[in-house]
Amino acid sequence: MPAPHHRRQFARYLPVLPAVVLLAVFLAGPVLWAFQASLTNAGLTGRHARNPEWVGLENYQRLLQDPVFPLSLALTVLFVGGSAILGQNILGLALAVLMRRARPAVSAAVGTAVVAAWVLPEIVAAFAAYAFFSNDGTINQLLGGLGLAEVDWLYAMPMVALILANVWRGTAFSMLVYRAALGGVPAELTEAAHMDGAGAWQRLVFITLPVIRGTIATNLMLITLQTLAVFTLIWVMTAGGPANGSSTLPVMAYQEAFKFGDIGYGTAVASVLILIGAVFGAAYLRLLREQKP
Amino acid sequence: MSRRVSLTVSLLAAAVLALSGCTPADPAGSKTIKVAYHKTDSFTALDTMFQDAKKEFEAANQGVTIDLQPIQANDDDYGTKLALALRSPSTAPDVFYEDTFKVRSDVDAGYLLNLDSRLKSWEDWDKFDAGAKEAGKADDGGTYAVPLGTDTRAIWYNKKVFEAAGIALPWRPATWQDILDTARKIKSSNPDVIPFNMYAGKGTGEGTVMQGFYELLYGAGAGLYDQDAKKWVVGSAGFKDSLTFLQTLYGENLAVTPADALDPNVWKKVFGDWFPKGKLGATVEGSYTPSFWQKGGSYEWPAYAQDMGVAPFPTENGGAPGAVSMSGGWTLAVGADTKQPDLAFKFLTTALNEKNSLSFTVASSQIAVRTDVAADPGYQSANPFVKDVSSLVAVTRYRPATSDYPRISAAVQEATEAVITGKRTPEQAAADYDAAVTGIVGGDKTLRK
Repeated sequence: MPAPHHRRQFARYLPVLPAVVLLAVFLAGPVLWAFQASLTNAGLTGRHARNPEWVGLENYQRLLQDPVFPLSLALTVLFVGGSAILGQNILGLALAVLMRRARPAVSAAVGTAVVAAWVLPEIVAAFAAYAFFSNDGTINQLLGGLGLAEVDWLYAMPMVALILANVWRGTAFSMLVYRAALGGVPAELTEAAHMDGAGAWQRLVFITLPVIRGTIATNLMLITLQTLAVFTLIWVMTAGGPANGSSTLPVMAYQEAFKFGDIGYGTAVASVLILIGAVFGAAYLRLLREQKP
Repeated sequence: MSRRVSLTVSLLAAAVLALSGCTPADPAGSKTIKVAYHKTDSFTALDTMFQDAKKEFEAANQGVTIDLQPIQANDDDYGTKLALALRSPSTAPDVFYEDTFKVRSDVDAGYLLNLDSRLKSWEDWDKFDAGAKEAGKADDGGTYAVPLGTDTRAIWYNKKVFEAAGIALPWRPATWQDILDTARKIKSSNPDVIPFNMYAGKGTGEGTVMQGFYELLYGAGAGLYDQDAKKWVVGSAGFKDSLTFLQTLYGENLAVTPADALDPNVWKKVFGDWFPKGKLGATVEGSYTPSFWQKGGSYEWPAYAQDMGVAPFPTENGGAPGAVSMSGGWTLAVGADTKQPDLAFKFLTTALNEKNSLSFTVASSQIAVRTDVAADPGYQSANPFVKDVSSLVAVTRYRPATSDYPRISAAVQEATEAVITGKRTPEQAAADYDAAVTGIVGGDKTLRK
C-alpha cells in the first residue's frame, strides 16, 4: 500500500525539517534577497530608498566598466591565494607534520601559541594585528631595535600586512584539521615505506599526502570560503586603503552599499562574491568525489 | 506512527503560536517616543542635552516615556546606521539627529515628516535665524527639520610655534602664497614641526572636503555645483589649482605625511597631541574646535585660549570677499512614520528650547541658530573665538545637498588622495574626477567651466 509508505518517508525526514527551514530562512533567504536587490536601484536614501525600481542587469554592466572592480577581484584572488591556499594551508600542514616529530612540550607550546590567535574574536585579532603593523607598532619597534629600516606596512604594503595577519589568525584551523588527519594515516603504511628505503620527504609526498587527500580538499574548501568573506580584519587594519590598495570584494561591496548608499550596486558586488565562492566550492567538491572508488 | 506525526505537528504549531505571541503589546495609556542621535567618547554634549530634555518632558507629560537611543559610531557610520533604521517603519525612530546635507535626500526617500503646520503654531520658530532655517527645507519648499546649530571653518594656528619661527602675530594670510611662505618659514626654523596641515584623502571622509578642499575650491572662484543650471561643474581651472596647492603642501612635507593623512583618526592626533604639544603650526578646522579643549572636552587643554589663534582661510589671490568658509550643521527631524507625530514634535521643541539650546551650543562650541541664544552673554563669552568664527557666517558656503552628493564627495576625496600620494598629477586627478562625475550624474547634468 503506497500511502503509509509515503507517510513513513515523510516522517523519516521530519527531524531534519527544522534544520532545513532554518537554512532556508537564514541562508537561502538573504542570498536570494541580495540577488533580487542587485537587479534594482535600491538605495539607502533618496527617491529609490523605499520604492526601488527594477533595472535588470544594469548594475552588472556598470560593474564590468568600473575600474575598481578588476582591481578588487585581483586583490581578492591574491588575498585568498596568498593567505589561505598557500599560507594557512601549507603552514598548517607543516606545523602538523613537525609537531608529530617534536617533543611533547615543544609541540604543546607551539600548538597553544598558534591556537591562541584563532581563539580571539575577529575584531580583537584585527586590533592586535593593527597594533602590530601600524606605523609605531610592534614590528617597527623590533625592526628599529635591530637597526633595520622601518616600513609603514599598512600604507606601503597593505596586502602583505593583511596576508600575514590572516595567516597568523587562520593557520590554527588548518593545523588542527591536519593533526587529526595525520593521526589517521596507518602506521604500517609509512613503516613499510620506511623499510623499502623511502626518505622522510618521499614518505610525506607518496604516502601521507595521498592518504589525506580528502582532508586536504575539505580543508581547502573551508578556508577558501572563510577567507573570501573576511571583512573585519581588512576594515580595521586598512579600511580598503590606501587608494583602494586593499579593497577586496567584501570591502568594495560594503563601501558601495553603505558609504555611497547604493544598495543595488553593493549587492551586485556581493552576488559576484557568492558566485566566486560557489565556483570554488564546486571545484573542491569534485576533487572530493573523484577519489572515492 | 501517524500519531507521532500528528503530535509533532501539533507541537510545532504550538511553538509557532507561542512565538507569534511574543510581540510586545503596548499597555494602554503609556506612550513611547524613540529618539536616535549620535554620541561618541568625544561628543557627549548632545547626549547631555537629550538627557535634560527627557527629564523635563517626562515631568510635564505624565505617561510618556522618552526612549533615548544613542548610536555610538563615527560620523559616517552614524549616517549609515540611521539610514538603515529609517528604511523600515518598525525600526525608524520618532525623533532623530539629522545632518543638514542629508535632509533633502531623506525627504526624497520619504523618511521625514513635513513640519510646516506644526512650526506655525510654535512661537519660538520666529527666533531662529532665517539663513539657518533654509537648511531644513526640501526641494518642495516645505520645512522638514529644525536646525540645532551650525559651524564655520577657519585656520587654527599655534601662536607659540609661529612665534618661535619669527612670524608676526596676529597672523592673517591674504593669499594661498602667504600660507606656503609661512609654512616654509616654519619648516626651515624647526624641521620637527608639521607647519600647515590640510586634511586630504578618503580616510578623513567629509573632513577632507569640508576642512580642506572646498575652502581651496571656492577660494579659487570655482564651485562644485551650479545652483541655477542645476548641473555639476567639471573641468574648472580652480579644481586643478586646488589640487596643485595640496600637491605642493604634501610634496614639500609642509603637511602631515600621506600615511598619516590617510589614517581616519588623524584628527584625534591634531587635537589631542600635536596642537597641545606644539608639534603642529596650523590646520583648517571647524568652529567647534574649542569644544575638544575646554573643560569637560575630550582633550582638555586650558592653555588653548592663549596659545591658539584663528584666521580666516584666504582666497587664492586675495580676491573679494577675501575669505572663504564652509558650513554644515545638524538638525532634529521627526520620522514620517511616527505614530505620535504631535508628541514627537513637542519633544523636539522641548529639546530645542532656549535653555537646552544654549547649553548645547556652548558645550559643543556651535554657532547659534537661535537669535536669543546668540545674544546671550553666556554664549558670547563661551570661548575667546566665538566672535571670530561667527563673523565667517558672512562668507560661508554650504554643500549642494542632493542625493548624488555623497558619491561626488567621494570622487573629490579620491582625487585629493591620488595627488597627495603622488599616484596622479593634479591634471590627471582632475580629469579622473570629471570622468567620475559624468559617470555618476550623466553627461547632461554636467557643466564645463
